[in-house]
Amino acid sequence: MKIEIRRDNHIHEYEVQLKDTTLLAVLQEIKTKQDSSLTFASGCRSGVCGSCSMRVNGKEVLACEYKSKDADLVEPLKNVPILRDLVVDMDKAYEFNVRAKAWQSSLSKNALLTPEDEKRNELQSDCILCAACYSACPVYTVNGEFLGPFTLTRMWRYVSDMRENNEAEKIGNIQINGVWDCTLCNECTIACPQGISSKADIEKLRSKSAGLGFMDPNFGNFGGFGFDGSPSF
Amino acid sequence: MKNDVLVIGAGGAGLVAALNAHNAGAKVKIITKEYPTRSQTCMAQGGINAVLPHVTNDSVEEHIKNTLKSAHGLGEEEMIKLLCEEAPKAVEWLDGIGVPFSRTQDGYIAQRRLGGASESRACYAQDYTGLKILHTLYDQVLASGIEILNERYMLNILKEMNSVTGISVLNIRSGEVEIYNAPSVILATGGYSKIYGSHTTNSKSTTGDGLAAALRVGANLLHMEFIQFHPTALKKSAILISESARGEGGYLLNSRGERFTDELAPRDEVARAIHEQIVNGEDVFLDIRHLGEEFINEELPQERKLAKLYENIDPVSELIPIKPVAHYTMGGVEVDKNSQTNIDGLFAVGECANQKVHGANRLGGNSLLELVVFGKSAGLHAAEFTKNFDKSLDVNKYKETEEKLLQIVREHKNEIDFYQFREKIAELFYTKVGIVRNKADLQSAYEEIQEIKSQLPLMGASDKSKVYNTNLVEFLEFVNMLDVCELVLRSAILREVSCGAHFRVD
Repeated sequence: MKIEIRRDNHIHEYEVQLKDTTLLAVLQEIKTKQDSSLTFASGCRSGVCGSCSMRVNGKEVLACEYKSKDADLVEPLKNVPILRDLVVDMDKAYEFNVRAKAWQSSLSKNALLTPEDEKRNELQSDCILCAACYSACPVYTVNGEFLGPFTLTRMWRYVSDMRENNEAEKIGNIQINGVWDCTLCNECTIACPQGISSKADIEKLRSKSAGLGFMDPNFGNFGGFGFDGSPSF
Repeated sequence: MKNDVLVIGAGGAGLVAALNAHNAGAKVKIITKEYPTRSQTCMAQGGINAVLPHVTNDSVEEHIKNTLKSAHGLGEEEMIKLLCEEAPKAVEWLDGIGVPFSRTQDGYIAQRRLGGASESRACYAQDYTGLKILHTLYDQVLASGIEILNERYMLNILKEMNSVTGISVLNIRSGEVEIYNAPSVILATGGYSKIYGSHTTNSKSTTGDGLAAALRVGANLLHMEFIQFHPTALKKSAILISESARGEGGYLLNSRGERFTDELAPRDEVARAIHEQIVNGEDVFLDIRHLGEEFINEELPQERKLAKLYENIDPVSELIPIKPVAHYTMGGVEVDKNSQTNIDGLFAVGECANQKVHGANRLGGNSLLELVVFGKSAGLHAAEFTKNFDKSLDVNKYKETEEKLLQIVREHKNEIDFYQFREKIAELFYTKVGIVRNKADLQSAYEEIQEIKSQLPLMGASDKSKVYNTNLVEFLEFVNMLDVCELVLRSAILREVSCGAHFRVD
């Protein structure tokens, strides 16, 4: 089968004698048998470490989970700096978790949580930080400082957990470049290899925000009402 | 810039050590060859052992007894006692920082039974236990503000006299050599199962770099011949199917549909029973069909996904074809009860260390436990050690030497393809240094490794790029693996009696 790989803005074509196999196996075959300079990241090869996230024919995939097809075009993720070939620099993307403070803020003691409590963030805590959602998110073309889908999903994981005792502060952290900047286009949901919907998490965070008295800052600019009740445009 | 403690490796052990050293007041830097959340810990599925305080049908004594038995006399009772006694606190701490454990109806952390355990003792989060622990630890490290340096490959441990002074790394991104100075260095670099190539459940990164580097500076490595084969990896891909599948009631069947062993015996015994079936021409399957779709989706969602993806079968209605493959390496850098090696200021923790708790065969659920209990101890002792020493080194002098050393490797010709030999070694080890061993095979494998080593000068990276050269990194890993292979064989040849995972048939 023939496979095309974008390397440094040139498309390179490779021919491999493999079929019915993962893209990762194809990339390894090329690197160890044909071209040792081909550069990509990989780790667990079982869909849980998030290393081999890339795009095939414009869609985000994990190379270890994607079955290669003839004439596939393989490219690096979007919205992240390319280090070489298919390897991207995740440092800035991961830094958004720090900006949002997406963690539990203090040690909890002997919390009793029911299976129902645990279900509230079971799926969100399946996130592997592969950044497929980050690559698929169109908001980055207009706002490079958007906290982004995986950070907001992580935030939902922590604020939905009974062990977090500072929900209001956490929600406060995601008001600017956060929940209201999402266009709810759902591209992140489609891209996620773990079946997580950041869009749905963002909607839940919005209603939590509203419940805590936070408002969509854009609302006033789009035909809402000003503080005196008069329409503003 | 002055560091107090360097932590090399950012899996569970490294992150716990870093957090504890930081909390003890040390200035900590974490250095990893990948990113923290990509570490081997994310692949741990089954659970973490602890006798929880509310549990009445189990006891810490039983946990100690089970662990001692599985260690086959090579575990140290004092350390095993410490591990099991600290276990409830370790899980309480993980629960306290927000690990989303599965729960019982009463609100407690759910527990399941794993092989070799007398009771349901492994706390779990579906079959994503390692992933969820690792990510929660990572979030806590971010909260603490500890600096993490990603994509730095450790070249050498630096020492003066018998005292560690820092490490040299290859910055994979820039291609530059960097020197980091600290009086305490904690190795948390993982195991060496990747010497088995495609015959391991492990990630591509478990190449034993930390062990090889420790060996180069004269650290003691202990029990290197003990390599655990996990009974149930997918047949085609060697991807792990958690022991929890058997713990929850899964059966092992041969081609005739017969059960042939106690599925919940320790891993070494089950792996040998499967091996025997395979040698006799049987195919072996894991059967979880009777557990039902709802239960599988709830408790084993990852297993179902992996079986579908990599074996093209749905375990809800079909048998899962399996084989035993290398999974965990019990051998490691020998450490004392403070997790310190025989080199002053050099600590080791997690799979790269031999803390003498697993002995000849590790129990499922004890490795996640080990990294929390001894990660804490290593972090605290490394921080304490630093207080008493003020060591600085001439960074420029080291930089020059280390650059020269790396330059020699960079200039290696690639007349012999090392990738081909990497594969060859994997086959060699799987067939001759596997579940069942004998002197003649071990001896011939040893000679073959010597032969390959002698050809090393003719091997190298053909990619000469400075920036992000994974071909070079993989060659450096290959060199480390060769050293580890040699050591495994030397120890395996010397131990002429069967013991746990080291099974001699001669």
